[in-house]
Amino acid sequence: MTEQAYNFAYLDEQTKTMIRRAILKGVAIPGYQVPFASREMPMPYGWGTGGVQVTAACLVPEDTLKVIDQGADDTTNAVSIRRFFQRTAGVAVTEATTEATVIQTRHRIPETALAEGQILVYQVPIPEPLRFLEPRETETRKMHELEDYGLMHVKLYEDIARHGQIATSYDYPVKVEGRYVMDPSPIPKFDNPKLAGNAAIQLFGAGREQRIYALPPYTEAISLDFDDYPFVASKADHACDLCGAAASYLDEVITDDQGSRMFVCSDTDFCGSRRAAGHVGRLGTPLAGGK
Amino acid sequence: MTPEALLGGFATAPQQSARAFRAALEAMARPGTIWTLDGAAPPAPVSIAAGVLVLTLCDGTTPLHVGPSFDTPLVRDWITFHTGAPLVAAPDAQFALGSWADLTPTHRFAVGLPDYPDRSATLIVEMPTLTTTGPRLTGPGIATHAHLSLPETAAFQANRALFPLGFDTYLTCGNRVAALPRSTKVEAV
Repeated sequence: MTEQAYNFAYLDEQTKTMIRRAILKGVAIPGYQVPFASREMPMPYGWGTGGVQVTAACLVPEDTLKVIDQGADDTTNAVSIRRFFQRTAGVAVTEATTEATVIQTRHRIPETALAEGQILVYQVPIPEPLRFLEPRETETRKMHELEDYGLMHVKLYEDIARHGQIATSYDYPVKVEGRYVMDPSPIPKFDNPKLAGNAAIQLFGAGREQRIYALPPYTEAISLDFDDYPFVASKADHACDLCGAAASYLDEVITDDQGSRMFVCSDTDFCGSRRAAGHVGRLGTPLAGGK
Repeated sequence: MTPEALLGGFATAPQQSARAFRAALEAMARPGTIWTLDGAAPPAPVSIAAGVLVLTLCDGTTPLHVGPSFDTPLVRDWITFHTGAPLVAAPDAQFALGSWADLTPTHRFAVGLPDYPDRSATLIVEMPTLTTTGPRLTGPGIATHAHLSLPETAAFQANRALFPLGFDTYLTCGNRVAALPRSTKVEAV
Protein backbone atom coordinates (compact mmCIF):
# COMPACT_ATOMS: atom_id res chain seq x y z
CA MET A 1 0.00 0.00 0.00
CA THR A 2 1.49 3.33 -1.05
CA GLU A 3 0.65 6.60 0.64
CA GLN A 4 -0.79 8.58 -2.26
CA ALA A 5 -0.10 11.89 -0.55
CA TYR A 6 3.64 11.45 -1.06
CA ASN A 7 5.75 11.29 -4.19
CA PHE A 8 7.28 7.90 -5.00
CA ALA A 9 9.93 7.18 -2.34
CA TYR A 10 8.93 10.27 -0.33
CA LEU A 11 11.39 12.86 -1.73
CA ASP A 12 10.44 15.28 -4.48
CA GLU A 13 11.91 14.73 -7.94
CA GLN A 14 14.38 17.61 -7.93
CA THR A 15 15.82 16.48 -4.60
CA LYS A 16 16.26 12.94 -5.90
CA THR A 17 17.89 14.32 -9.07
CA MET A 18 20.37 16.28 -6.93
CA ILE A 19 21.15 13.23 -4.77
CA ARG A 20 21.54 11.05 -7.87
CA ARG A 21 24.10 13.43 -9.35
CA ALA A 22 26.05 13.29 -6.07
CA ILE A 23 25.92 9.48 -6.05
CA LEU A 24 27.25 9.30 -9.62
CA LYS A 25 30.18 11.62 -8.82
CA GLY A 26 30.84 9.55 -5.71
CA VAL A 27 30.98 6.38 -7.80
CA ALA A 28 33.33 8.07 -10.28
CA ILE A 29 35.70 9.17 -7.47
CA PRO A 30 35.75 6.17 -5.09
CA GLY A 31 36.17 7.19 -1.45
CA TYR A 32 35.75 10.95 -2.02
CA GLN A 33 33.00 12.61 0.03
CA VAL A 34 30.63 14.49 -2.28
CA PRO A 35 28.73 17.35 -0.59
CA PHE A 36 24.98 17.26 -1.14
CA ALA A 37 22.02 19.35 0.00
CA SER A 38 20.71 16.95 2.63
CA ARG A 39 17.02 17.35 3.43
CA GLU A 40 15.17 17.09 6.68
CA MET A 41 13.62 13.66 6.88
CA PRO A 42 10.75 12.53 9.08
CA MET A 43 13.18 11.00 11.58
CA PRO A 44 15.88 12.49 13.79
CA TYR A 45 19.50 12.89 12.71
CA GLY A 46 21.42 9.84 13.81
CA TRP A 47 18.59 7.51 12.78
CA GLY A 48 19.78 7.10 9.22
CA THR A 49 18.65 10.26 7.44
CA GLY A 50 21.58 10.04 5.02
CA GLY A 51 21.02 6.38 4.25
CA VAL A 52 17.30 6.96 3.80
CA GLN A 53 17.92 9.74 1.28
CA VAL A 54 20.35 7.59 -0.72
CA THR A 55 17.93 4.67 -0.61
CA ALA A 56 15.07 6.93 -1.74
CA ALA A 57 17.13 8.14 -4.70
CA CYS A 58 18.02 4.57 -5.72
CA LEU A 59 14.73 2.71 -5.23
CA VAL A 60 12.70 1.54 -8.21
CA PRO A 61 9.17 0.11 -7.83
CA GLU A 62 10.47 -3.42 -8.58
CA ASP A 63 13.00 -3.40 -5.73
CA THR A 64 13.02 -5.70 -2.72
CA LEU A 65 14.33 -3.80 0.31
CA LYS A 66 16.09 -5.16 3.36
CA VAL A 67 17.01 -2.93 6.29
CA ILE A 68 19.36 -3.99 9.07
CA ASP A 69 20.47 -2.30 12.25
CA GLN A 70 23.69 -3.81 13.67
CA GLY A 71 22.91 -6.92 11.63
CA ALA A 72 19.38 -7.32 12.95
CA ASP A 73 16.23 -7.02 10.84
CA ASP A 74 13.91 -6.70 13.80
CA THR A 75 15.18 -3.67 15.72
CA THR A 76 13.33 -0.36 15.93
CA ASN A 77 15.45 1.54 13.41
CA ALA A 78 15.31 -1.25 10.84
CA VAL A 79 11.58 -1.86 11.24
CA SER A 80 10.65 1.82 11.01
CA ILE A 81 12.78 2.50 7.90
CA ARG A 82 11.45 -0.64 6.22
CA ARG A 83 7.85 0.45 6.92
CA PHE A 84 8.66 3.97 5.73
CA PHE A 85 9.59 2.71 2.27
CA GLN A 86 6.76 0.17 2.20
CA ARG A 87 4.37 3.07 2.70
CA THR A 88 6.00 5.74 0.53
CA ALA A 89 7.48 3.63 -2.30
CA GLY A 90 5.32 0.51 -2.19
CA VAL A 91 8.37 -1.71 -2.56
CA ALA A 92 8.55 -5.34 -1.46
CA VAL A 93 10.55 -6.01 1.69
CA THR A 94 12.47 -9.02 2.88
CA GLU A 95 14.73 -10.14 5.68
CA ALA A 96 16.70 -12.54 3.44
CA THR A 97 20.02 -11.08 2.24
CA THR A 98 19.94 -13.09 -0.98
CA GLU A 99 16.44 -11.89 -1.96
CA ALA A 100 17.12 -8.17 -1.45
CA THR A 101 18.10 -5.82 -4.29
CA VAL A 102 18.69 -2.83 -2.01
CA ILE A 103 19.98 -3.29 1.55
CA GLN A 104 20.15 -0.31 3.89
CA THR A 105 22.45 -1.02 6.78
CA ARG A 106 23.45 0.55 10.04
CA HIS A 107 26.94 -0.56 11.10
CA ARG A 108 27.20 -4.06 9.59
CA ILE A 109 27.86 -5.80 6.29
CA PRO A 110 25.75 -8.96 5.93
CA GLU A 111 27.62 -12.24 6.47
CA THR A 112 26.23 -13.68 3.24
CA ALA A 113 28.32 -12.52 0.29
CA LEU A 114 26.55 -9.91 -1.83
CA ALA A 115 26.02 -10.33 -5.57
CA GLU A 116 25.99 -8.16 -8.68
CA GLY A 117 22.73 -6.24 -8.94
CA GLN A 118 22.58 -5.56 -5.21
CA ILE A 119 23.16 -2.14 -3.62
CA LEU A 120 24.33 -1.77 -0.03
CA VAL A 121 23.46 1.64 1.50
CA TYR A 122 25.28 2.60 4.70
CA GLN A 123 24.03 5.04 7.31
CA VAL A 124 27.00 7.18 8.24
CA PRO A 125 27.17 9.41 11.35
CA ILE A 126 30.61 11.03 10.78
CA PRO A 127 31.85 10.61 7.19
CA GLU A 128 35.20 12.34 7.74
CA PRO A 129 37.83 9.84 8.94
CA LEU A 130 40.08 12.69 10.08
CA ARG A 131 37.37 14.60 11.98
CA PHE A 132 38.35 13.50 15.50
CA LEU A 133 41.97 14.31 14.70
CA GLU A 134 41.31 17.67 13.02
CA PRO A 135 37.96 19.38 13.70
CA ARG A 136 38.21 22.02 10.95
CA GLU A 137 36.56 21.08 7.65
CA THR A 138 38.84 23.50 5.76
CA GLU A 139 41.87 21.61 7.07
CA THR A 140 40.60 18.06 6.50
CA ARG A 141 39.57 19.01 2.96
CA LYS A 142 43.09 20.30 2.34
CA MET A 143 44.54 17.09 3.82
CA HIS A 144 42.46 14.98 1.40
CA GLU A 145 43.52 17.26 -1.47
CA LEU A 146 47.22 16.83 -0.59
CA GLU A 147 46.80 13.15 0.29
CA ASP A 148 48.26 14.05 3.67
CA TYR A 149 47.21 11.13 5.85
CA GLY A 150 50.15 11.11 8.21
CA LEU A 151 47.90 12.13 11.10
CA MET A 152 45.87 8.93 10.72
CA HIS A 153 49.00 6.81 10.94
CA VAL A 154 50.06 8.76 14.04
CA LYS A 155 46.69 7.92 15.60
CA LEU A 156 47.13 4.21 14.86
CA TYR A 157 50.71 4.39 16.14
CA GLU A 158 49.51 5.98 19.39
CA ASP A 159 47.09 3.07 19.74
CA ILE A 160 50.07 0.72 19.61
CA ALA A 161 52.16 2.84 21.98
CA ARG A 162 49.33 2.98 24.51
CA HIS A 163 47.66 -0.42 24.18
CA GLY A 164 50.29 -2.61 22.52
CA GLN A 165 48.03 -3.14 19.51
CA ILE A 166 45.83 -1.13 17.15
CA ALA A 167 42.87 -0.70 19.49
CA THR A 168 40.55 0.82 16.89
CA SER A 169 37.88 -1.85 16.59
CA TYR A 170 35.19 -0.16 14.52
CA ASP A 171 35.12 2.81 12.11
CA TYR A 172 38.49 1.44 10.97
CA PRO A 173 39.86 3.66 8.15
CA VAL A 174 40.55 2.25 4.70
CA LYS A 175 42.51 3.63 1.76
CA VAL A 176 40.50 3.39 -1.45
CA GLU A 177 42.32 2.64 -4.72
CA GLY A 178 45.52 4.10 -3.27
CA ARG A 179 44.05 7.60 -3.07
CA TYR A 180 41.38 8.64 -0.54
CA VAL A 181 41.28 7.52 3.08
CA MET A 182 37.65 6.69 3.78
CA ASP A 183 35.56 6.13 6.89
CA PRO A 184 33.64 2.88 6.34
CA SER A 185 30.95 4.03 8.87
CA PRO A 186 31.07 2.37 12.29
CA ILE A 187 31.12 -1.21 11.02
CA PRO A 188 33.27 -3.56 13.13
CA LYS A 189 36.72 -3.98 11.64
CA PHE A 190 35.74 -7.64 11.21
CA ASP A 191 33.70 -6.41 8.23
CA ASN A 192 36.48 -4.35 6.64
CA PRO A 193 37.75 -7.11 4.32
CA LYS A 194 34.24 -7.32 2.81
CA LEU A 195 34.47 -3.68 1.64
CA ALA A 196 37.09 -4.57 -0.95
CA GLY A 197 36.30 -6.47 -4.11
CA ASN A 198 32.60 -6.63 -3.25
CA ALA A 199 30.34 -7.49 -6.20
CA ALA A 200 27.63 -5.07 -4.99
CA ILE A 201 27.61 -1.27 -5.25
CA GLN A 202 28.28 0.28 -1.84
CA LEU A 203 26.87 3.75 -1.18
CA PHE A 204 27.39 5.80 1.98
CA GLY A 205 25.01 8.56 3.10
CA ALA A 206 25.61 11.02 5.94
CA GLY A 207 22.51 13.20 6.41
CA ARG A 208 23.53 15.58 9.16
CA GLU A 209 27.03 16.00 7.70
CA GLN A 210 25.63 16.30 4.13
CA ARG A 211 28.04 13.92 2.43
CA ILE A 212 27.64 10.99 0.03
CA TYR A 213 30.44 8.66 -0.99
CA ALA A 214 30.71 5.33 -2.71
CA LEU A 215 32.67 2.20 -3.43
CA PRO A 216 31.96 0.79 -6.89
CA PRO A 217 32.08 -3.02 -7.19
CA TYR A 218 35.50 -4.71 -7.20
CA THR A 219 37.23 -1.68 -5.71
CA GLU A 220 40.40 -1.85 -3.65
CA ALA A 221 39.92 -0.75 -0.02
CA ILE A 222 42.93 -1.47 2.19
CA SER A 223 42.67 -1.16 5.96
CA LEU A 224 45.50 1.06 7.19
CA ASP A 225 48.17 -0.73 9.23
CA PHE A 226 51.92 -1.13 9.73
CA ASP A 227 54.27 -3.81 8.44
CA ASP A 228 55.00 -5.00 11.99
CA TYR A 229 51.41 -4.50 13.21
CA PRO A 230 49.27 -5.83 10.36
CA PHE A 231 45.51 -5.32 10.25
CA VAL A 232 43.54 -8.13 11.95
CA ALA A 233 39.81 -8.56 11.35
CA SER A 234 38.98 -9.47 14.93
CA LYS A 235 35.84 -10.94 16.48
CA ALA A 236 34.86 -12.50 19.80
CA ASP A 237 36.73 -15.79 20.14
CA HIS A 238 33.64 -18.00 20.30
CA ALA A 239 31.17 -19.77 18.08
CA CYS A 240 27.55 -18.64 17.92
CA ASP A 241 25.62 -20.21 20.80
CA LEU A 242 22.45 -20.49 18.73
CA CYS A 243 23.64 -21.69 15.32
CA GLY A 244 27.23 -22.77 15.99
CA ALA A 245 28.74 -20.56 13.27
CA ALA A 246 32.46 -20.18 13.98
CA ALA A 247 33.27 -17.40 11.53
CA SER A 248 30.45 -14.86 11.94
CA TYR A 249 30.54 -11.60 13.89
CA LEU A 250 29.06 -12.09 17.37
CA ASP A 251 27.08 -10.04 19.86
CA GLU A 252 27.66 -10.74 23.55
CA VAL A 253 24.42 -11.09 25.51
CA ILE A 254 24.38 -10.99 29.32
CA THR A 255 21.84 -13.57 30.48
CA ASP A 256 21.74 -13.10 34.28
CA ASP A 257 23.46 -11.22 37.10
CA GLN A 258 25.82 -14.12 37.87
CA GLY A 259 28.14 -13.40 34.95
CA SER A 260 26.52 -15.80 32.52
CA ARG A 261 26.65 -14.75 28.93
CA MET A 262 26.06 -16.06 25.48
CA PHE A 263 27.42 -15.12 22.07
CA VAL A 264 25.03 -14.93 19.15
CA CYS A 265 25.42 -13.93 15.51
CA SER A 266 24.86 -10.23 14.99
CA ASP A 267 23.41 -11.02 11.52
CA THR A 268 19.94 -12.35 12.39
CA ASP A 269 19.15 -13.52 8.86
CA PHE A 270 22.43 -15.47 8.66
CA CYS A 271 21.84 -17.06 12.08
CA GLY A 272 18.18 -17.82 11.38
CA SER A 273 18.86 -19.46 8.05
CA ARG A 274 21.62 -21.59 9.58
CA ARG A 275 19.28 -22.70 12.36
CA ALA A 276 16.58 -23.44 9.81
CA ALA A 277 19.12 -25.61 8.01
CA GLY A 278 19.61 -27.64 11.20
CA HIS A 279 22.76 -26.12 12.72
CA VAL A 280 22.59 -26.01 16.51
CA GLY A 281 24.97 -24.11 18.79
CA ARG A 282 25.98 -24.67 22.41
CA LEU A 283 22.81 -23.18 23.92
CA GLY A 284 20.57 -23.51 20.88
CA THR A 285 17.57 -25.74 20.53
CA PRO A 286 16.56 -27.21 17.18
CA LEU A 287 13.90 -25.05 15.55
CA ALA A 288 10.43 -26.55 15.44
CA GLY A 289 10.09 -28.20 12.07
CA GLY A 290 13.87 -28.13 11.63
CA LYS A 291 15.90 -31.15 10.66
CA MET B 1 8.77 27.45 -28.62
CA THR B 2 7.49 24.83 -31.05
CA PRO B 3 4.67 22.55 -29.89
CA GLU B 4 6.75 19.45 -30.62
CA ALA B 5 9.15 20.50 -27.87
CA LEU B 6 6.42 19.83 -25.32
CA LEU B 7 6.21 16.14 -26.26
CA GLY B 8 8.49 13.22 -25.53
CA GLY B 9 9.04 13.62 -21.79
CA PHE B 10 8.45 11.03 -19.10
CA ALA B 11 4.83 9.96 -18.66
CA THR B 12 5.34 8.91 -15.02
CA ALA B 13 8.45 10.81 -14.03
CA PRO B 14 9.06 9.41 -10.51
CA GLN B 15 9.08 5.77 -11.60
CA GLN B 16 10.69 6.24 -15.01
CA SER B 17 13.48 8.47 -13.73
CA ALA B 18 14.10 6.01 -10.90
CA ARG B 19 14.54 3.12 -13.34
CA ALA B 20 16.68 5.28 -15.61
CA PHE B 21 18.90 6.31 -12.72
CA ARG B 22 19.42 2.70 -11.65
CA ALA B 23 20.62 1.83 -15.16
CA ALA B 24 22.82 4.96 -15.20
CA LEU B 25 24.21 4.04 -11.76
CA GLU B 26 24.97 0.45 -12.76
CA ALA B 27 26.60 1.72 -15.96
CA MET B 28 28.83 4.20 -14.07
CA ALA B 29 29.64 1.65 -11.36
CA ARG B 30 30.50 -1.10 -13.87
CA PRO B 31 32.42 0.55 -16.73
CA GLY B 32 32.22 -1.37 -19.97
CA THR B 33 28.74 -2.82 -19.37
CA ILE B 34 25.84 -1.74 -21.59
CA TRP B 35 22.41 -0.92 -20.15
CA THR B 36 19.06 0.09 -21.61
CA LEU B 37 17.32 3.43 -21.05
CA ASP B 38 13.73 3.99 -22.17
CA GLY B 39 10.78 6.27 -21.59
CA ALA B 40 11.63 9.50 -23.41
CA ALA B 41 11.22 10.51 -27.05
CA PRO B 42 13.65 13.39 -27.59
CA PRO B 43 13.76 15.23 -30.93
CA ALA B 44 16.32 14.08 -33.54
CA PRO B 45 19.27 13.82 -33.54
CA VAL B 46 19.22 13.15 -29.77
CA SER B 47 19.07 9.43 -29.00
CA ILE B 48 16.56 7.93 -26.58
CA ALA B 49 19.30 7.08 -24.07
CA ALA B 50 20.82 10.58 -24.16
CA GLY B 51 17.37 12.13 -23.82
CA VAL B 52 16.58 9.94 -20.81
CA LEU B 53 19.89 10.85 -19.17
CA VAL B 54 19.19 14.55 -19.63
CA LEU B 55 15.69 14.18 -18.16
CA THR B 56 17.00 12.10 -15.24
CA LEU B 57 20.08 14.11 -14.26
CA CYS B 58 19.54 17.71 -15.37
CA ASP B 59 17.43 20.45 -13.86
CA GLY B 60 17.50 24.23 -13.48
CA THR B 61 20.72 24.06 -11.44
CA THR B 62 22.83 22.15 -14.00
CA PRO B 63 24.29 24.19 -16.90
CA LEU B 64 24.24 22.07 -20.05
CA HIS B 65 26.39 22.41 -23.17
CA VAL B 66 24.87 21.20 -26.42
CA GLY B 67 27.37 20.32 -29.15
CA PRO B 68 27.08 22.18 -32.50
CA SER B 69 25.73 19.22 -34.46
CA PHE B 70 22.93 18.78 -31.88
CA ASP B 71 22.22 22.47 -31.38
CA THR B 72 18.88 22.84 -33.19
CA PRO B 73 16.07 25.12 -31.96
CA LEU B 74 13.89 22.07 -31.29
CA VAL B 75 16.56 20.35 -29.18
CA ARG B 76 17.16 23.54 -27.21
CA ASP B 77 13.42 24.03 -26.67
CA TRP B 78 12.95 20.40 -25.65
CA ILE B 79 15.72 20.55 -23.05
CA THR B 80 14.54 23.92 -21.75
CA PHE B 81 10.90 22.86 -21.45
CA HIS B 82 11.55 19.47 -19.83
CA THR B 83 14.51 20.28 -17.54
CA GLY B 84 14.99 24.06 -17.35
CA ALA B 85 18.74 23.52 -17.62
CA PRO B 86 20.59 26.71 -18.68
CA LEU B 87 22.32 26.18 -22.06
CA VAL B 88 25.94 27.34 -21.83
CA ALA B 89 29.38 27.18 -23.45
CA ALA B 90 31.66 24.20 -22.80
CA PRO B 91 33.81 25.64 -19.96
CA ASP B 92 30.74 26.48 -17.85
CA ALA B 93 28.94 23.19 -18.40
CA GLN B 94 28.13 20.61 -15.75
CA PHE B 95 26.71 18.35 -18.45
CA ALA B 96 27.50 18.23 -22.15
CA LEU B 97 25.61 16.53 -24.94
CA GLY B 98 26.93 15.90 -28.44
CA SER B 99 28.92 13.73 -30.79
CA TRP B 100 32.57 13.04 -30.01
CA ALA B 101 33.58 15.53 -32.71
CA ASP B 102 31.35 18.13 -30.98
CA LEU B 103 32.87 17.57 -27.57
CA THR B 104 36.57 17.44 -28.50
CA PRO B 105 38.89 18.94 -27.50
CA THR B 106 37.79 17.74 -24.07
CA HIS B 107 40.17 19.99 -22.13
CA ARG B 108 37.51 22.70 -22.45
CA PHE B 109 35.35 20.95 -19.85
CA ALA B 110 35.51 21.38 -16.08
CA VAL B 111 37.60 18.69 -14.39
CA GLY B 112 36.85 19.78 -10.82
CA LEU B 113 39.02 21.46 -8.22
CA PRO B 114 41.76 19.71 -6.24
CA ASP B 115 39.69 20.07 -3.05
CA TYR B 116 36.33 19.55 -4.83
CA PRO B 117 36.94 17.04 -7.65
CA ASP B 118 33.18 16.46 -7.91
CA ARG B 119 32.73 19.91 -9.52
CA SER B 120 33.43 18.44 -12.92
CA ALA B 121 31.55 17.92 -16.15
CA THR B 122 29.70 14.78 -17.20
CA LEU B 123 29.83 14.23 -20.97
CA ILE B 124 27.01 12.47 -22.80
CA VAL B 125 28.62 11.32 -26.04
CA GLU B 126 26.35 10.16 -28.85
CA MET B 127 27.95 7.20 -30.61
CA PRO B 128 27.16 5.66 -34.03
CA THR B 129 27.74 2.21 -32.51
CA LEU B 130 28.21 0.91 -28.97
CA THR B 131 29.70 -2.52 -28.38
CA THR B 132 31.80 -4.31 -25.77
CA THR B 133 34.81 -4.48 -28.05
CA GLY B 134 37.75 -2.15 -28.46
CA PRO B 135 40.06 -0.56 -25.87
CA ARG B 136 40.74 -2.53 -22.70
CA LEU B 137 39.35 -1.10 -19.46
CA THR B 138 40.57 -1.79 -15.92
CA GLY B 139 39.91 -0.08 -12.62
CA PRO B 140 37.19 0.33 -9.98
CA GLY B 141 33.96 -1.44 -10.91
CA ILE B 142 35.69 -3.94 -13.17
CA ALA B 143 36.45 -7.43 -11.80
CA THR B 144 39.27 -8.26 -14.23
CA HIS B 145 38.99 -6.24 -17.41
CA ALA B 146 36.34 -5.04 -19.86
CA HIS B 147 36.23 -3.71 -23.39
CA LEU B 148 34.21 -0.83 -24.79
CA SER B 149 34.01 0.81 -28.22
CA LEU B 150 35.39 4.21 -27.19
CA PRO B 151 35.68 6.98 -29.78
CA GLU B 152 39.41 7.27 -28.96
CA THR B 153 41.84 6.30 -26.22
CA ALA B 154 44.26 9.24 -25.88
CA ALA B 155 41.70 11.70 -24.46
CA PHE B 156 40.57 9.17 -21.84
CA GLN B 157 44.15 8.29 -20.90
CA ALA B 158 44.91 11.98 -20.43
CA ASN B 159 41.74 12.29 -18.34
CA ARG B 160 42.74 9.32 -16.15
CA ALA B 161 46.13 10.95 -15.58
CA LEU B 162 44.34 13.86 -13.88
CA PHE B 163 42.69 11.58 -11.27
CA PRO B 164 41.05 12.43 -8.89
CA LEU B 165 40.22 15.30 -11.23
CA GLY B 166 38.67 14.64 -14.61
CA PHE B 167 35.36 14.46 -16.44
CA ASP B 168 33.06 11.45 -16.49
CA THR B 169 31.54 10.10 -19.67
CA TYR B 170 28.33 8.42 -20.74
CA LEU B 171 28.30 6.85 -24.20
CA THR B 172 24.87 6.53 -25.76
CA CYS B 173 23.58 4.83 -28.91
CA GLY B 174 19.86 4.40 -29.53
CA ASN B 175 18.37 3.28 -26.22
CA ARG B 176 21.65 1.85 -24.91
CA VAL B 177 24.14 3.42 -22.56
CA ALA B 178 27.59 2.65 -21.16
CA ALA B 179 29.82 4.79 -18.98
CA LEU B 180 33.47 5.57 -18.46
CA PRO B 181 34.22 7.26 -15.14
CA ARG B 182 37.50 9.15 -14.73
CA SER B 183 38.83 6.29 -12.56
CA THR B 184 39.02 3.78 -15.44
CA LYS B 185 42.38 2.98 -17.03
CA VAL B 186 42.13 2.72 -20.82
CA GLU B 187 44.59 0.78 -23.01
CA ALA B 188 44.44 0.47 -26.76
CA VAL B 189 44.41 -3.11 -28.01
